[in-house]
Amino acid sequence: MTLAGLLDAALGRLDWNALPFWEMVTHPSASSIINGLIASGAAGIMVLGALVTIWALTRHRLWGTLWRDWLTSLDHKKIGIMYVVLAFVMLARALAEASVMRTQQAVGLGGGFLSPEHFGQLFSTHGTIMIFFMAMPFLTGVINFVMPLQIGARDVAFPLLNSVSLALTAAGAALVMASLLFTPFSIGGWSGYPPFTETGFSPDVGPDYWIWAVTLSSLGTTLAGMNFAVTIYKKRAPGMTMFRMPLFCWTALCVSILMIFAMPPLTLATSMLALDRYLGFHFFTNTGGGDPMLYANMFWLFGHPEVYILILPAFGVYSEVISTLSGKKLYGYTSLALATICIAVLSFTVWVHHFFTMGQSASLNAVFGIATMLIGIPTGVKVYDWMLTLYRGRVRLGVPMIYAAGFLMLFVIGGATGIVLANPSLDYVTHNTLFLVAHFHNMLIPGLLFGMLAAYAFWFPKAFGFRLEEKWGRRAAVSWIAGFILAFFPLYGLGLLGMPRRTVAFLEPAYLPFTLIALVGAGLVLFAFGCLVAQLVVSIRERDMRRVPVGDPWDGRSLEWSIPAPAPEWNFAVLPKVETRDPFTEAKEQGRAYRSPEGYEDIEMPRHSAVGPIVGIAGFACAFGLVWYMWWLAISGALLSLGAMLARGFARDTVRIIAAAEVREAHESWLAMVRATPRIPRHEENTPANLGHAIPASQEEQS
Amino acid sequence: MASQCRARVVGPWGASTLGLVLLSGCGVETFLDPQGPVAAQQRLHFWQVTGLMALVVLPVLTLTPWLLWRYRDRGGADYEPRWGFSRGWEIALWGGPALVVAVLAALLWINTTRLDPYAPLASDANSLRVQAVGYDWKWLFLYPDLGIASVDLLAFPAGRPLEIELTSATVMQSFFVPALGSQVYAMGGMSTWLHLGADAPGRFRGENSQYNGEGFHMQKFEAVAMDEAAFEGWAQNAATASALDTAALDALEQKGVASDLAHALDRPSDDILFGGLPDDLFARVMAETAKAPMAPHDMAAGR
Ligand code: HEM
Ligand SMILES: [Cu+2]
Ligand SMILES: [Cu+2]
Repeated sequence: MTLAGLLDAALGRLDWNALPFWEMVTHPSASSIINGLIASGAAGIMVLGALVTIWALTRHRLWGTLWRDWLTSLDHKKIGIMYVVLAFVMLARALAEASVMRTQQAVGLGGGFLSPEHFGQLFSTHGTIMIFFMAMPFLTGVINFVMPLQIGARDVAFPLLNSVSLALTAAGAALVMASLLFTPFSIGGWSGYPPFTETGFSPDVGPDYWIWAVTLSSLGTTLAGMNFAVTIYKKRAPGMTMFRMPLFCWTALCVSILMIFAMPPLTLATSMLALDRYLGFHFFTNTGGGDPMLYANMFWLFGHPEVYILILPAFGVYSEVISTLSGKKLYGYTSLALATICIAVLSFTVWVHHFFTMGQSASLNAVFGIATMLIGIPTGVKVYDWMLTLYRGRVRLGVPMIYAAGFLMLFVIGGATGIVLANPSLDYVTHNTLFLVAHFHNMLIPGLLFGMLAAYAFWFPKAFGFRLEEKWGRRAAVSWIAGFILAFFPLYGLGLLGMPRRTVAFLEPAYLPFTLIALVGAGLVLFAFGCLVAQLVVSIRERDMRRVPVGDPWDGRSLEWSIPAPAPEWNFAVLPKVETRDPFTEAKEQGRAYRSPEGYEDIEMPRHSAVGPIVGIAGFACAFGLVWYMWWLAISGALLSLGAMLARGFARDTVRIIAAAEVREAHESWLAMVRATPRIPRHEENTPANLGHAIPASQEEQS
Repeated sequence: MASQCRARVVGPWGASTLGLVLLSGCGVETFLDPQGPVAAQQRLHFWQVTGLMALVVLPVLTLTPWLLWRYRDRGGADYEPRWGFSRGWEIALWGGPALVVAVLAALLWINTTRLDPYAPLASDANSLRVQAVGYDWKWLFLYPDLGIASVDLLAFPAGRPLEIELTSATVMQSFFVPALGSQVYAMGGMSTWLHLGADAPGRFRGENSQYNGEGFHMQKFEAVAMDEAAFEGWAQNAATASALDTAALDALEQKGVASDLAHALDRPSDDILFGGLPDDLFARVMAETAKAPMAPHDMAAGR
């Protein structure tokens, strides 16, 4: 074999054409140069970001810390935090893409500057990233961090699996990032409908990137779901019955079950599409007896439960936030738990509403339409339950509450337009238009994203030991809300004017005012994101002003607030005994909080493990190899990850004992500090006086 | 279409959501300004649903700010930190939405059955049969009973219902004329049905709403409702055009919009009409699409 032949085999179908600037260098034209510059700029920013990170890690000698304390850690809190970091990084990219799309459509009357292909990649990566690599990591991270603390556990049921789930998700995200440098990504949208994504119509690597990125993420998510479900079933503290769990844990449980049952149809659909593309099967082709309608069914059998995977954790967050920041018991706990279960079950019965227009019979459409509307009932109940939680409370308009208020008002509007879409005969005129795009952003931004940002503000002190700065936080929250309204309400109008989604340019002057307003909204959203960055920077710089070592900055109600901030590795020095709902509030009210336990015992914690990162890196290599037909890489990646898991089977020394004495020492000195720290009333919550020691709201004197 | 231009208010929905009175330009009629019986019914249903939903939405929009203000910390209002249940409220909270959904569900059932795209429209006039084939990125309209065909121009007599059979010679597409109402997918190797009609002569924008690649945003067509005499004239004129032969079919299959096709076929304008149809063309396209082998040159041609 010649050297050239060897190189060919090694590189598969990767060649110069994959580079984002190649087209503009070899075929310069106005369009190829503009699009080439944008694409190369994006790739450049990514490469630069990676280089700066590497430089900073080297400069500050942090590689060891990163590897030992984070990447190989099996601590659910650290894994949760890494999930959230991943979500923020991906959010930045997807937002940037959204702004480019908005800019294009604002000048899209009769043209614009983006090529149709480039626009196709933008909505496909934006949608794929937002769902699989922003929303999913964010909520998985928050569940990871919060849920074990709330049920009084020291870790999740399967700590190593947790690390593997994170690694698989990160590998998928890395694959989408790699497609910036080695182009192109798919233009088939986040739903990847065949036959468009079959080799007959899309022979390039794009759909393969999409398939493998989504497959990695769906595997990671299925495993995470199993892990969470078992954790909730098996690892609750003594006395923590199901109906004493905080509502967030109920949503986490329902989400886990949805993950377990909803992700496999997706994994299967993408695998079958891969078989079509790689081995000439005919599952979803027009030809050879294939049937694209099968794909539509399988995808949405995943896709609809998925939207509840996205929204339910946010419902849980709002339940915690609204009750805590109202200084009041959650109204209608049982109703809320039952409504969550109803929604989870019903979410499997409505998938056809994503393709009412596919030609099935009217009665079938009607049945699925009515099933869809039924979900409106438990959802409506929840909204009113939250409002009744505000009723006769003492409401503090902190950052999480601003998000919650924005959510309540905007979410019902999205719900109303969802009911419109649930009517098959109305879907016939709004399907595939920007009305739909406006609707799902209306659910996902106030629903999911605001919920996650509220969670970030709410639990940040528990993770890092200091509060986030308030002013930038408020600016961010208000700009998110205003930006969302400006960016998406015009899209309802455009949809009603019949403008199809995924349209790079248009010929109707009537659309222009709407796309211009939406551009302003997108600008405001970018500003909001900037505020979040500023908030983080300011907060870190001034962290000493906002430390809350006692650990209860918001007068919290559930167990996570009863421990120090940042939470110690073992979470609870002694596992709590739970007798009621809102156990920490009761303890504070009855003066039982912060008591020394009767005795300490040795604590067993999982040892660090490199299996997660190895599986992640190998998974990425395997997927990248598959995309570019570098078979050697694909096979080595697959073998390496399999080998790592097998090798782990022989590892004996997987736990670490923390001596009772060490726990006692840490816990008693914290308790001593608590006793020495003054308690503060709620209106001093956002002042340096707040060291995390709260007077329970119900005992606060107010005239 | 200049004659069509007139300022128009989209309706209270647009006005209330945007807080603006929105003016629209030429040819952007949609079901909110319906031009046919299907769209008219859809508009009615739309406002019914919107009105009912307002019952649910408005309390939240008004009461949330009120609650936040009334019960603000240190605002001196009543405070009941332990209150978390009330039987009366529970019944109202589950019962209220259930009632609204029951009404909505009844409306849904009635309208879904009545507006079934597969059901012929009620009319004394006999309907016009049209077969629509989606190509990348244009539509071919066959008139099997008249032996003529057109590209990106759906001419039909106003007042006579349209009976459209749809398929795609390529990927999934969705046939949509917003002013007339419902859309339905067109899929390769299969046929779907759609029944529409126009109340009066007019020109309406039609489109494919299902993304199908680079030329997607250009895949627009005109649906032209004519009076009976004008339609006769149009059909007679179309009959004089050259036939839809193999060469034309091959050209249709090339990716491109209608003007690319006109260029390929050496037609002077973008009004591409065909005066003769092979037998069973629609069925043949369907069969071809379903069995077409994946030619190696197709696989290499991409990017
Ligand atoms: C906050 C600012 C955001 C802006 C300005 C924005 C903007 C856009 C735009 C312009 C499109 C293309 C619409 C079209 O088809 O014409 C789009 C599509 C989409 N967006 Fe967003 N988006 C935002 C946030 C989000 C979030 C938070 C999510 C999910 C969690 C999300 C998920 C999606 C999805 C799934 C699509 C569909 C992609 C497809 O067509 O396949 N977006 N967005
Ligand atoms: Cu759905
Ligand atoms: Cu929806």
